Amino acid sequence: MTTTRRTILQAVLATAAAAILPPPLKGAAQGRPPATKPIPSTGEALPVVGLGSWITFNVGDDPVLRDECAAVMAAFFDAGGRIIDSSPMYGSSQDVIGYGLEKLGRPSRLFSAEKVWTSSGDNGPAQIEESRRFWGVPRFDLLQVHNLVAWEEHLKTLFEMKAAGQLRYVGITTSEGRRHDLFEEIMRTQPLDFVQITYNVVDREVEDRILPLARDRGMGVIVNRPFQQGVLTQRLEGEPLPEWATEIGASTWAQFILKFIVSHPAVTVAIPATTRVDHVRENLAAATGPMPDEATRRRMAAYVQDL
Amino acid sequence: MPEWWTYRLEDFLLFSPRVYWRMFELHNAAVWPLQIPALALGAIILVWIVRPRQWPDLGSDRLVSIILAAAWVWVAWSFLWNRYATINWAATYVAPAFVLQALLLLWIGSLRGRLHFAADRTVRGVVGLALFLYSLVLHPLVAPLVAPLAGRPIQAAEVFGIAPDPTAIATLGLLSIGAGGAIAWLLLAIPLAWCVVSWATLHAMGASESWIPLTAAGLAVLSRLWPRIGSGALR
Ligand SMILES: NC(=O)c1ccc[n+]([C@@H]2O[C@H](COP(=O)([O-])OP(=O)(O)OC[C@H]3O[C@@H](n4cnc5c(N)ncnc54)[C@H](OP(=O)(O)O)[C@@H]3O)[C@@H](O)[C@H]2O)c1
Repeated sequence: MTTTRRTILQAVLATAAAAILPPPLKGAAQGRPPATKPIPSTGEALPVVGLGSWITFNVGDDPVLRDECAAVMAAFFDAGGRIIDSSPMYGSSQDVIGYGLEKLGRPSRLFSAEKVWTSSGDNGPAQIEESRRFWGVPRFDLLQVHNLVAWEEHLKTLFEMKAAGQLRYVGITTSEGRRHDLFEEIMRTQPLDFVQITYNVVDREVEDRILPLARDRGMGVIVNRPFQQGVLTQRLEGEPLPEWATEIGASTWAQFILKFIVSHPAVTVAIPATTRVDHVRENLAAATGPMPDEATRRRMAAYVQDL
Repeated sequence: MPEWWTYRLEDFLLFSPRVYWRMFELHNAAVWPLQIPALALGAIILVWIVRPRQWPDLGSDRLVSIILAAAWVWVAWSFLWNRYATINWAATYVAPAFVLQALLLLWIGSLRGRLHFAADRTVRGVVGLALFLYSLVLHPLVAPLVAPLAGRPIQAAEVFGIAPDPTAIATLGLLSIGAGGAIAWLLLAIPLAWCVVSWATLHAMGASESWIPLTAAGLAVLSRLWPRIGSGALR
């Protein structure tokens, strides 16, 4: 009796939801899990689309916006996402992530990616501990030296933490092509698990040296600013997607760009940031379905360049 | 910062415009109904600068300085330190500057009695009165007036003594009226710097209101750099 009533109620709610909500995107609709790639240093599988938090999650004490961020995180984990990236530089983002994790019952699939960002190596450990408390995690999966700030001192700390079992992976970050010479130098000399750089269908400088070097050195690659902080998606909004986009399973420009990025053999994961549940679903759906091969990737870049 | 020339103004913006504007709504709700006494104190200052008062032990000039100083400390503590700093860590470095401004006002205005707030018909007097009136009456209306464009309600109004911009603009106005010589520059430095910071923030957000703090700062500086007309009568 109860079961029947509940079943009917569920059916009614599902119909109502179907009437109100936009149809889910391909991929998510079929409930397909996102494609994964192995972290080179351990073989651990990571879904190829993650979640950034710069600006989007810096909502301070605003209770409405904190819940919106938690809803984005919920949709992210629902769709099979794992890696969330933040930094002490991002205002209240760390705190908001902690709030979301708590609200969602601390999803076990979380892969926490944080950064250390302070000009003094001595302040590193205290800052890392503060970040950890914000997230409310026992330890971080990955800590990265943000923009190479005081990188020598911080890397020493991070490698020590890793050796002591207080951290699983160590990395460095840059963005928009800054300090690539030094970046490569550190890649060549330090046993990093991850590097984080900017890469997308128009910002392709890393293809020349950094991505090949990451492959050679067995380092995972995290891609930031996949949408140029929204500038690229906005620019392409009015342009038509090529007909052959369906062949690679991209139904929007965001998916087109993400598929371009994560199909590069050296890339492990792209971490787009968003304030919107529909966007996070769309982004995770890009990690499902067919992926472009090398020839198609060239075609994709050429198509965008010609627009 | 390495390769600083590769950074744009927008790269330093840590939050979205939506979060920034909603912050004023949240802040107003949190401190309500303090807006009413704040505006009332502003109105009293207005009366005194038009008609300065002198009681046996105390003149209105010193009281204006005390009210202004209180506004700066309050904005430093309640807005910059407790509110704005949650989305912009740089605000924690600005809050002490606001406290310093309050101390300068107390010391120079209230203790030493070096400020005389009597609006006259000099360029500086008129510009000062206009800036003060603007900060008190018009600035809070900017949010609801541009609301059809920006979608911001009256609840997001930026009020003198509660939010930093109108407090800084009001101070620029009052100092235009009340401060002379080198002391004026000492007292103007922090409000002017804040106006530039606010301009940069709003500009990076793409907000058309960015010209407001910049214009206020420009008027305060221009009216002062114009010595002959600045100190002479308008007619
Ligand atoms: N040096 C560093 O270490 C460094 C530097 C930069 C970034 N990062 C990391 O990388 C992350 C990503 O970079 P980012 O945030 O700068 O830029 P991004 O991910 O390229 O772009 C974010 C913007 O894209 C929009 N967007 C997201 N999904 C979309 C979709 N499906 N369709 C249309 N628009 C969409 C979002 O707007 P909506 O909210 O409307 O969706 C948001 O404004 C950061 O959050 C941060 O974690 C690290």
